[in-house]
Amino acid sequence: MRLDCTHTPDLMIVHVREPRIDAAGAIDFKDRMRDLTAQDGRRVLLDLSDVMFIDSSGLGAVVAVRKALGPERPLELSGLTPSVEKVFRLTRMDSVFIIHPTAPAGADGLRDAG
Amino acid sequence: MVFPADPVAVRQALCALFTGWTPGPISSEARDAAQIVLAEALNNIVEHAYALAPGEIEVTVEATQGGVTCQIIDAGVPLPGGALPDGRLPSPAAAEDLSEGGYGWHLIRSLAEDLCYRREGGRNLLSFRISAQQSSE
Repeated sequence: MRLDCTHTPDLMIVHVREPRIDAAGAIDFKDRMRDLTAQDGRRVLLDLSDVMFIDSSGLGAVVAVRKALGPERPLELSGLTPSVEKVFRLTRMDSVFIIHPTAPAGADGLRDAG
Repeated sequence: MVFPADPVAVRQALCALFTGWTPGPISSEARDAAQIVLAEALNNIVEHAYALAPGEIEVTVEATQGGVTCQIIDAGVPLPGGALPDGRLPSPAAAEDLSEGGYGWHLIRSLAEDLCYRREGGRNLLSFRISAQQSSE
C-alpha cells in the first residue's frame, strides 16, 4: 500500500497511490494510516483520486481511520472517482465525511474548507 | 472462472473481469455497480462460507443488452437461516460510534436486481442481474 504524504502548516495530505482499497488491502491501509497520523497533530486530508475501486472492507478501514483520529481531527476526503463516490453515497457516508470535490492542486484553498 | 477463496484471489478475479472492459452496451455505471456487487458477494463467501475451511469459488459473468448477469457458486457453509440478509444499513451513529462493517449486503441490495440464493447439492448458488440502465441513485 503506497501512501504519499505532504504537509502544509496545518494539514497533512495523504495521497493513496493505489488503484484499490479492498478486502485484500484494508488492514494494511488502516495500519499505515495509523502510523502516518499518530505522530502528527494536523488535520488529515485523504486524496483518493487514484483509487478506482473501494469495497465495504475498504470503506470500513476509512471509517476506522476517522475514528482513530478522534473528534478533533475529522478526516477529510478528496478526489472521489465515480465508483468510490457511489459506495460513499449508497452507504450514506457522504454525509458523514467532509468531502472536497476535487483533489487539491495546492493545499491553500483547503485551509478554510469544512 | 474458478479461483481459491482468499482476498487476493478475489482481487485478481475482479481485476481480470473488469480491467479493460470494452465500452459497449454496458455503461460505466453498470460496470462499476457489477464490480461492487460481485466484490461484496465474493468477500462474504471468503469471510463466512469458507471461514472454517478453504475452498474454491466459481463465477460466471455475462454482459447482455439488458445488463450484466452474474452467478457465483461455492461449496462453503450455507447462509444463516438459508436466506439472504436484508441488508439494512447500520443505524446512524455519532461519528465516534460509526460502524466499521455491515455495509456489504446493503450495497448488494441497493445495486442488484433479481437476487436469488439457493442451496443445492451442498453448494451455494447466488445469482443476480445489474441493469444496464442505472438510475441516478
